[in-house]
Amino acid sequence: MIIVGEKINTSRKDIEEAVKNRDAPFIIGVAREQAEAGAHYIDVNAGTFVDKETECLSWLVETVQSEIDIPLTLDSPNPEALAEAIKRHKGVPMINSISLEEERLQSLLPIISAQPCHVVALCMSQTSMPTTVEERVAVGSELIKKLTDAGTPLEMIYVDPLIQPVSVDVNMGPAALGAIRKIMHDFPGVNTICGLSNISFGLPKRRIINRNFLALCISYGLSAVIMDPTDRELMTTLITVEMLLGQDEYCGNYIEAYQNGHLI
Amino acid sequence: MSDFKALSEAVNKGDTKTALVEAQKALDAGSRAEEILDKGLITAMNEVGDNFSKGLIFVPQMLRSAKTMQECTNLLQPFFQEGDVTSKGKVLIGTVKGDLHDIGKNLVSMMLEGAGFTITDLGVDISPEKFVEKAREVKPDIIGLSALLSTTMPAMAQTIEALQKAGLRDKVKVMIGGAPVTEKYAQQINADSYASDAGSAVNKAKALLGIS
Repeated sequence: MIIVGEKINTSRKDIEEAVKNRDAPFIIGVAREQAEAGAHYIDVNAGTFVDKETECLSWLVETVQSEIDIPLTLDSPNPEALAEAIKRHKGVPMINSISLEEERLQSLLPIISAQPCHVVALCMSQTSMPTTVEERVAVGSELIKKLTDAGTPLEMIYVDPLIQPVSVDVNMGPAALGAIRKIMHDFPGVNTICGLSNISFGLPKRRIINRNFLALCISYGLSAVIMDPTDRELMTTLITVEMLLGQDEYCGNYIEAYQNGHLI
Repeated sequence: MSDFKALSEAVNKGDTKTALVEAQKALDAGSRAEEILDKGLITAMNEVGDNFSKGLIFVPQMLRSAKTMQECTNLLQPFFQEGDVTSKGKVLIGTVKGDLHDIGKNLVSMMLEGAGFTITDLGVDISPEKFVEKAREVKPDIIGLSALLSTTMPAMAQTIEALQKAGLRDKVKVMIGGAPVTEKYAQQINADSYASDAGSAVNKAKALLGIS
């Protein structure tokens, strides 16, 4: 499972403060703890700074990579912010995200195909949110085609089936899970990715819902997840479920996590 | 005349079957459709909204109750007398340009309708120009703007500006909401009100029009 550490997002109060005050040690600290907890990518998002997003995102990229050798997930719908961030990024970045929304597709495609990068492809079309498995797979397939035509290899595409809250419609869980399974089946080699918190919007005890959803996603074939790797309960679920699905040789990761006191 | 307690309770619980039975009973007993709506349905939905705002119930219960009310309203429809039902006010609502999220907007629309407002829901990705065009057509008392992305929030300010330019700004009250939206932002862009959830949206809407 590829882990994208989600914590550096200016929608969090402490991160917003740190970015405002250019508090580099704080940001580096949050990145480091996620990397040490197992993150393969660190997501950086400065979306709440609507007028200053470009400079804030660039600052985040430079700051994190000044001390930590890890690729970043550049999280923004703004092509200018992304272009500037990519320039400053060391190594191969992940772009989060592109969708079939006309404006977004047109402006981001050239930026993505200008250099090697991983791409999150969000199953959202020009006019509406998908409601069924079929709609998600249709949008996902089209995005995969557009990206591969533009030169992005399948293995560098991460399809996000668009997670919606079950509180609004209890079919949202099966719709997302079904889409993950079908996309992994129809496009061998592609990746799927999602965040965990949308699923539980509008319900109490969201953390219970989120970590059980993670377990289900893994069993349906999800290959990457945007989460908080410092959340021990979440990581326990991840490690345990991977082992139960036969993905942990000699139960090594599970036992190591136990010996390190990380299982809760 | 019955006190519509059983009906209200059924709406509160989202028990459509019982609610329809109770609504029919009330009609058969001679109650006016408008009174059943007001005292049995709207009263119940006000309580649902309050309970939601207080965190006593959650989104699914709210949806369920709204559905129950909708079914009962459909049942009552043929029995409303001409000029009987007075709407609490007209609301024009939509998600702003560039934004496709509609869950919050739909919840707010539902609760406002449950409270007795007349809703025109434009859908998602609505440009300032479209808001102005529809405002001219519908002549709403309140315009509701929804955004879920911090990147689409500026479209709220643009929409207010467009209403200003069209000479409509002082004819309507503008209420805004959505995950990244705040009271502070509402003041910044000179919106008239901000609501943090579907429950409080009803109270804020009533406050804007000076009604209860």
